[in-house]
Amino acid sequence: MSETLVAQLPVGAAEPDERAPTDWRTQSMQRRIRQRYAAERRFRLLGLAAVVLSAGFLAVLLVTMVYNGASGFVQTRIALPVDFARAGLVLDPARLRGPGADLALAAAGVEDATDNAAVAAFGKDGATLLSDGAWLSVRAAIKRDPAIMNGRSIVWVPASEAIDSAAKRADSPANEAIVAQLKARGALSTGFNWPFLTASDSNDSTRAGIWGAFKGSLFTMVVTLLIAFPVGVLSALYLEEYAPRNRWTDLIEVSINNLAAVPSIIFGLLGLAVFLGTMGLPRSAPIVGGLTLALMTMPVIVIAGRNAIKGVPPSIRDAALGIGASPVQVVFHHVLPLALPGILTGTIIGMARALGETAPLLMIGMRAFISAPPGRISDPSTVLPVQIFLWSDQIDRGFVEKTSAAIIVLLVFLLAMNGFAIYLRNKFETRW
Amino acid sequence: MNIPNQPKISAKRVSVYYGAKRAIDDVSLDFDERYVTALIGPSGCGKSTFLRTLNRMNDTVPNARVEGDITLDGEDIYDPSMDVVQLRARVGMVFQKPNPFPKSIFENVAYGPRIHGLAANKTQMAEIVEQSLRRAGLWDEVKDRLSDSGTALSGGQQQRLCIARAIAVDPEVILMDEPCSALDPIATAKIEELIHELNGRYAIVIVTHNMQQAARVSQRTAFFHLGTVVEYGATSDIFTNPRQERTKDYITGRYG
Repeated sequence: MSETLVAQLPVGAAEPDERAPTDWRTQSMQRRIRQRYAAERRFRLLGLAAVVLSAGFLAVLLVTMVYNGASGFVQTRIALPVDFARAGLVLDPARLRGPGADLALAAAGVEDATDNAAVAAFGKDGATLLSDGAWLSVRAAIKRDPAIMNGRSIVWVPASEAIDSAAKRADSPANEAIVAQLKARGALSTGFNWPFLTASDSNDSTRAGIWGAFKGSLFTMVVTLLIAFPVGVLSALYLEEYAPRNRWTDLIEVSINNLAAVPSIIFGLLGLAVFLGTMGLPRSAPIVGGLTLALMTMPVIVIAGRNAIKGVPPSIRDAALGIGASPVQVVFHHVLPLALPGILTGTIIGMARALGETAPLLMIGMRAFISAPPGRISDPSTVLPVQIFLWSDQIDRGFVEKTSAAIIVLLVFLLAMNGFAIYLRNKFETRW
Repeated sequence: MNIPNQPKISAKRVSVYYGAKRAIDDVSLDFDERYVTALIGPSGCGKSTFLRTLNRMNDTVPNARVEGDITLDGEDIYDPSMDVVQLRARVGMVFQKPNPFPKSIFENVAYGPRIHGLAANKTQMAEIVEQSLRRAGLWDEVKDRLSDSGTALSGGQQQRLCIARAIAVDPEVILMDEPCSALDPIATAKIEELIHELNGRYAIVIVTHNMQQAARVSQRTAFFHLGTVVEYGATSDIFTNPRQERTKDYITGRYG
């Protein structure tokens, strides 16, 4: 083949002019080298500084949240001695077993009995030491063991917001004195605030919980994923693998890219007009929230999906077509599995954004005060970021820590979701 | 069904256009199933394009258009009633760059038979895989690691795996598009040896840049230049006694 190469050389090309040998040790050369090293160092330092700065911001955010929010997971409780025998409860012990128990207790005057017990134990302002929901603990105690009805018993009940706050940090001297007194009597204890994780929104910060919003977020995310993922992936596959390249597909591509950049509140207005106005779906419901967020998430999945599909080497398609795989088989046996890690990455980003989204959900009425967790996707509910927004608006001190605690719950939700998606992605990557 | 002396594949007055550009101009060639046919010619002369019309791989190229008739055993492969998927199973293809699926060696070979339902059960599938790998001369090297990824093999082994994959669907014709251009000389020698062994069982059409290779492996050679066939005949004649001046210039290295 060397003959070929020789033959290819242009005949009679002019010889280049003779050049003086380069001297690599001159002053200007040395200076150039120094400048190059300096530029290298500068760039590296700047990069490092940028990383440290962003890591610093993240650390400050997390530390602040944990510092403020940790106390939200702790509940102060007061030991309340109740003399059930003399409390004057109108209650037939036989009715406490079976489905009528709650009804029987509702009419029994447990709330008054609790207040009276507090006055008897802690003086005339005793009732204010207890949370408004203290009687619920008393009721629960009766339900757990109806035998206590016959005598005196000590029930641990949640403390009021003021006492709770005084027990956790500096507060007014009067409240701190009461806390010290209660501590001395051994009537004060702290423990993990389970109601925060199991209850829903409430006017009383000592009774407010995150469960309703958590469940609402879960339902909303499920609806979003179930709609946005298949529709997004199928669109991406169709556009990449089947659609002809013409003006219409160009237009669709531009529209999808623009859709991904539309401010989220616009999607809220769209949801309000279409899902609530035209289709008449229920207000404040996870299904509407999920649909609205799916509209917002879909373009992100389509764009990420198309890029991932483009990244699959054409040689793989050729190989599969070459042994007689049909286009659908090529897509589902080869292209999609290879593109899946990239598609999942896009989905994670889209879903994470959807989970943190507040504005569009406010538009479709998910900012209502809802004190019961949703049972179905059509029940009224709220979601974690909206709950955080609502609590951050409250003036009661107890809600400050609850807001931070709710943020921690939201971040944990987010991390769990991302962790699951990363696990899925790695699983698909190693299978090949 | 095969009439004696009927060519396996017959191309008559084939032209291929990419948009307005004509890549192949009025090419007529017959391929006999007993022979290895080499397509040689300088880069960009259309030999790969022509090869890809024989199993309609050009269908996947947007705005490519094929004119003329190509028949496989007398059937027009561009007829609307021709099933492209089946055609590609009958006319297998090996590409320039080894392109095993990123799956296990076994799966690479088993994929074709599986999608065409050629194996009734696992035992039969294992037999097909073993036989194909044996024919591709790869069995002894990989029999203990069939579950390893196909992409973990060396370049030459990957290419033989691709040949095994093509053989596994029991094709009648194998098209090879510069199968050795990405391989070192030892791997190339192995592939050439393999082509010798496959000769007779399958009709083979091979595109190559390497004229020595064409001389070594083929019985028939077609010389392409600027989208047309300049000369087609027995390989020995083309290399020792070319009738056309252009052929002679090319094989003596005057241009390339």
